[in-house]
Amino acid sequence: MTMRKPFAITLDVGSSLANHTGSWRTSRPVYVDRLPPCNAQCPAGEDIQGWLYHAEGGDYEAAWRHLTRENPFPAIMGRVCYHSCEGACNRGKLDAAVGINSVERFLGDQALASGWRFDPPATESGKHVLVVGAGPSGMSAAYHLRRLGHRVTVLEAGPMTGGMMRFGIPKYRLPRDVLDAEMQRIVAMGVEVKLNHKVSNIAHAMTEHRADAAFLAVGAHIGKRTFIPAGDSARVLDAVSVLRSMEGEDKPMLGRRVVVYGGGNTAIDVARTAKRLGATEAIIVYRRTREKMPAHDFEVEEALQEGVMVKWLSTIKKAGDEGLTIEKMRLDEKGNPQPTGEFETLEADSVVLALGQDVDLSLLEGVEGLEVRDGVVQVDPETMMTGHPGLFAGGDMVPAQRNVTVAVGHGKKAARHIDAWLRGQRHEAPAKHAPATFERLNPWYYTDAPHIVRPQLEVARRVSSFDEVQGGLTEDNALFEARRCLSCGNCFECDNCYGVCPDNAVIKLGAGKRFAINLDYCKGCGVCAAECPCGAIEMVAEEI
Amino acid sequence: MHQPIKFYQTGTFTVGNRLLAPDLRSVQSSPDRSNALNSGHRACQGCGEALGARYAVDAALRAADGQLIAANATGCLEVFSTPYPETSWQLPWIHSLFGNAAAVGTGIAAALKVKAIKAGQARSPVRVIAQGGDGGTTDIGFGCLSGMFERNDDVLYICYDNEAYMNTGVQRSSATPPAARTATTMPVGAEPGAAFDQGKDLPQIAMAHEIPYVATATVADLRDLEAKVERAMSIRGARYLHVLVPCPLGWGAASHDTIRLARLARETGLFPVFEGEHGEVVSVSKIRNRVPVDEYLRPQKRFAHLFGSPGRPDMLERIQARADRNIRRFGLLDAEAAS
Repeated sequence: MTMRKPFAITLDVGSSLANHTGSWRTSRPVYVDRLPPCNAQCPAGEDIQGWLYHAEGGDYEAAWRHLTRENPFPAIMGRVCYHSCEGACNRGKLDAAVGINSVERFLGDQALASGWRFDPPATESGKHVLVVGAGPSGMSAAYHLRRLGHRVTVLEAGPMTGGMMRFGIPKYRLPRDVLDAEMQRIVAMGVEVKLNHKVSNIAHAMTEHRADAAFLAVGAHIGKRTFIPAGDSARVLDAVSVLRSMEGEDKPMLGRRVVVYGGGNTAIDVARTAKRLGATEAIIVYRRTREKMPAHDFEVEEALQEGVMVKWLSTIKKAGDEGLTIEKMRLDEKGNPQPTGEFETLEADSVVLALGQDVDLSLLEGVEGLEVRDGVVQVDPETMMTGHPGLFAGGDMVPAQRNVTVAVGHGKKAARHIDAWLRGQRHEAPAKHAPATFERLNPWYYTDAPHIVRPQLEVARRVSSFDEVQGGLTEDNALFEARRCLSCGNCFECDNCYGVCPDNAVIKLGAGKRFAINLDYCKGCGVCAAECPCGAIEMVAEEI
Repeated sequence: MHQPIKFYQTGTFTVGNRLLAPDLRSVQSSPDRSNALNSGHRACQGCGEALGARYAVDAALRAADGQLIAANATGCLEVFSTPYPETSWQLPWIHSLFGNAAAVGTGIAAALKVKAIKAGQARSPVRVIAQGGDGGTTDIGFGCLSGMFERNDDVLYICYDNEAYMNTGVQRSSATPPAARTATTMPVGAEPGAAFDQGKDLPQIAMAHEIPYVATATVADLRDLEAKVERAMSIRGARYLHVLVPCPLGWGAASHDTIRLARLARETGLFPVFEGEHGEVVSVSKIRNRVPVDEYLRPQKRFAHLFGSPGRPDMLERIQARADRNIRRFGLLDAEAAS
């Protein structure tokens, strides 16, 4: 250096960048992705956190498109899904769970109002898949198969699409225009639906339609009966028939005093329907206690609000001319109901049995390799394929929880495996990330924001009409609700790591690209990991 | 409570927020921030002072449009940033003595004033900050600082308070809290450490000078810190900003706990965060989730002698009483939370 330097200065000024403090490090921050509890819980496998991310920014169409990659029925889901995701939501430990279900409904309704459509597949595979049953499982499979480029024909025994969503779920929970619109959107992708087309033999149907594979989702439509000694004048009906006849011209004649026997959601649906048909008393007779009731608590609560009565710990012994004979029960140590020998009489114009449903499996006769156990078809739970190659099944006719969301999930899973099977391959689902637990969050950073309650119809209006009970969110509310998501376990680009690093060793890569660590300077202090709100940074020991 | 639509998932608690309009975002969230204190500095892992200095000086640089000169007292901040001939500072920066940072700042401001007058300008666009640790501010530099206040010189003085002389091996300063162990206040005897119920509260002393602006802040609340720097830079005259910066080494805390400890200092009430103008408090940062002082003290080894068996429950009570007094004095709790 020939430059003249001031007195007593012998060296040029250098930047501390020459000093690579990264060499001090004993552990390094690593960005991770974790499986949020909502996603882990969803029977339909929705990427809930993923679509909420778009909704938070107000891009509802992107949110809807992200959502419908997994589930084509957000407007239906937003009404009938039992949203176990919300039960799992980490925000529940902070104030109240994110109202995922209500945002889903908002997106679904937004899509219907804006006329958003699914794109038809870019290329045709040349394969043809037969779907039997146009319920949630069948139509979900049809949607996913069509997206994958396959020709799909849906054969439906009934006069309309929707299956149990139409013939089992009352209108006050699922308005029919919503159901029709979401079904129609799948037909518009080029899925052929043949109504009033009961398949009596699946092998014949496959040959006739020259199908390469088939997905069976015929549901469970036969009401279970129990033997109740009944006099001539007793009117005993089954819940499935009652709910199905609600769709026709002739509404069921239930009378003024209706007794429903059973403790599931169907029993609740029938009792609430009876109220709306003008019954002065709708009484559910159930042999256990409220805690043991399989029906969802919020539905029980809504029914009670509407004036439905419940006789807990009771069974029906006899339906005679002078009324029903009810025996009181008690629970033994194991929680099973035991008879007490105490009887009482209950007046009733009709008794509706809501004791579960069976599957009509007659179409499977003569098919080789099938295994039927406990009245349902056994499938490989990984692939949904029955024992007969190329024949898949899902929904209520296979062993699983019986609800719409599970059925939709079956349809999706089966579609992916059918697609692979048609190509002679096996579909491997990507490995799941480790769970994003509440303990890994730094909840300090989340603004206090309690849950928005959806408007409910006044009770007086509910019991006199079949108007929808549960209202939707406004855009303001939906946006607020979406923004309550904590983004558990996955970076949402809050810039905290970038800001809190005392060594400027976090590199901001730009919107959507997240961050990287500059290991030349990262000293491994761990502040970024400690202050990451959503637990998306892990400290990993260096090999020294 | 019904929030209007202006709710951004994390409010303003995090450094950034993708849903905020760009002009409302923090300086630190910007990919173009100055990084006034550059990488490669020799501060310990998890240093609160390095973080606090970058937060404050970056914000001051933005407010001054990049036209800023810094005078620095002796201390960690000077030693770890500028071992000759290397420096981490990316702005004109001068170090003179331990105790004269405020006076050097005053001198720079005076020189700028003269230059401006000679150039026919009303005043110089170049702004001045002086900065130091608690030792250089509350002890050694106190006379110069008080003079700078009293003359109302146009300097923003920033004190990064880590409650002891850390650079020389953790000796007690007049900012060291009662009961804290340092190399010179070992936990022996009935009343180890600084005296209770008195001390040298510099933000209050600055307030007593009735200068235009005094504020406290912590590294746990970036948005608050940046807002205070911006407010200070909008004012001419003597201004004082006192930032609590936890020191993992001196406090005996985990390096990843730096921000958590600063947060707890505020949430316990031990470190009141407020703003004052001309001798009067104009705003306080309310406690969000009040916690007992134990939660703040327990992760710090300098307070280890207060815990365990037999421990010093009497001293914990007195520390809690200090926090409670701050809460009363500054009104740190919302009326709702206080009831």
